[in-house]
Amino acid sequence: MAEPLLALDDLAVHFKVGSALAGGVRTLKAVDGVTLDVKPGECLGLVGESGCGKSTLALAIMGLIQPTHGRIRLDGVDLSQRQRLETARTVQMVFQDPYASLNPRQTVRRTLADPLRLHGVTDRAEIDARVKDMMDRVGLRPEQADRYPHEFSGGQRQRIGIARALILKPKLVICDEPVSALDVSIRAQIINLLLELKDEMGLAYIMISHDLGVVEHVSDRVAVMYLGRIVEQGGWQEIFENPRHPYTRALIAAIPDPFHRAAVSARAKAKGEIASALNPPPGCHFNPRCPLKADRCVAEVPVLAAVAPGHRAACHFRDRTG
Amino acid sequence: MSDALLRVDALRIALASNRTTYNAVEEVSFEIGRGEAFGLVGESGCGKSITALALMGLLRQPLSLAGGRIVLDGEEIQDASPAEMRRLRGKRIAMIFQEPMTALNPLSPVGRQIAEMYVLHEGMGWTEAMDRAEEALRQVRVPSPERRIRDYPHQLSGGMRQRVMIAIALACSPELLVADEPTTALDVTVQAEIIDLMAELCAAKGTAILMISHDLGLVANMCRRVAVMYAGRIVEAQPAEAIFATPRHPYTRGLINSLPRLGERSRRGRQKLQEIAGTVPSIAGYPAGCRFNPRCPEATDVCLAVPPAATPLPADGLVRCHHHG
Repeated sequence: MAEPLLALDDLAVHFKVGSALAGGVRTLKAVDGVTLDVKPGECLGLVGESGCGKSTLALAIMGLIQPTHGRIRLDGVDLSQRQRLETARTVQMVFQDPYASLNPRQTVRRTLADPLRLHGVTDRAEIDARVKDMMDRVGLRPEQADRYPHEFSGGQRQRIGIARALILKPKLVICDEPVSALDVSIRAQIINLLLELKDEMGLAYIMISHDLGVVEHVSDRVAVMYLGRIVEQGGWQEIFENPRHPYTRALIAAIPDPFHRAAVSARAKAKGEIASALNPPPGCHFNPRCPLKADRCVAEVPVLAAVAPGHRAACHFRDRTG
Repeated sequence: MSDALLRVDALRIALASNRTTYNAVEEVSFEIGRGEAFGLVGESGCGKSITALALMGLLRQPLSLAGGRIVLDGEEIQDASPAEMRRLRGKRIAMIFQEPMTALNPLSPVGRQIAEMYVLHEGMGWTEAMDRAEEALRQVRVPSPERRIRDYPHQLSGGMRQRVMIAIALACSPELLVADEPTTALDVTVQAEIIDLMAELCAAKGTAILMISHDLGLVANMCRRVAVMYAGRIVEAQPAEAIFATPRHPYTRGLINSLPRLGERSRRGRQKLQEIAGTVPSIAGYPAGCRFNPRCPEATDVCLAVPPAATPLPADGLVRCHHHG
């Protein structure tokens, strides 16, 4: 079997919050025992609501946060053994807010050329050619290269953000909510662009989103996170057609769909709100909101176990389908 | 005349800039019946939120009402004095905003903020009003309301704060609730609960809803009729089912076709999403003629020159397109 491009093994990122003087130090388990892999050229959708740890997970993969526990292997080499620049050539990120994530005082040319220089490309003709080629690929006109971010619309700025992520020809791109800050009528352009570039450049994506319509459209496989843990993962078809974790079902039931009453009934909707990650419920973290809750769910943490080949769910009632 | 609760007629809102004045909203007309849920959909900058502020009498410089009529229950309110509007707001028309943290007073316990409604509008004493506030919190399903009435907004989660906003808005059983993106700041599973709660309480009190959102799916699910705004004008209005089944304006069609829809990939495989070309024009750069023409696949010469008039459709609908076919 081919070596995965990215392998997370029992990864945990914990933060210490508070102080010994004011109420004591507490541990926030932002990511808690996540095992995942991403194959070359594959798109993994990562779904979950605010505070579930999906962005912390992204930062850990980027090498921007030290994991508390567990291992991250990128291209077969442990992240802690890799050079930072080498990691940057392999994995890059596209951020949610194209207004905040671009330097307002740098032209597009500088934004795209700086990474090349930093990574040892010194020939000006080559830099110019690569900047032009990348602008072309993301649908920007090369004559716009000397403009500043404020001269572009939101959709165009996100194109600049994508060009910056791809200029070093990475193998893996983490897209953190890449369209949710954009106008609705612009989103389709950016989603289509990301899928085209993936095929052209043979990229693997981790697509972080709370929009299940987008995730279903772009993903090969999907992982669902809740309060730091993966609660279900599998092929996109299994996750959307035969979800086995009540939380996945609740997410699907929450999407208003004026065309088809969802395959998941209204009873699947979750009650109440997400607990604080500082004080998660014992056992299964989802138990206070779960329609299937039983005593066992409070006493015992369900393991992420297979329901079918490649499809795993962390629920004591994973064999129930509704 | 019809017995509509709210009638908005040729509303025009002006935006004053250094030298010029722009029309941020123009020719906006719609009606909402008693107890009806009506949706207003559009992207950021299309004028939907300032339309809501105009109804509430809350437009402030550089925005001002430049024309048109707002008729609430047979009475014109567009020229009402600030004092008259204050009596109306909260009592007969109430509003819920997108971000409950900035809409609530951070220095006042939430129970007090609800009770204030009864004191101001119903002349109740504070003791009785606090009891009613506790009951109102129970109605919006805040757990342990007897303790929560003493909490400050920062002690509550986003969903709980939005429940408090709903309790404040519905305290005096208003005839109309204006909800401006009430769930956009919330998580999806919480969003579903809040929408259900709002719909249920309004149905029980006979309150009509003007639901404002960028999410066509959400609005169509909850409202009987939907109007779509683009660049300051209503381009189409139809019953909710019809707007999805037979959208008549190219912009509406574009919106519906451009979003990946859950279940679509299972049914038809992955299709390339249909894009709407170009970008949303800024208010200073609205094109002549139909404002959608630079992005419209069906645009012809007439679209570049002449703004399309509203063509009536069945069930009080309308479409503003030269080629509505």
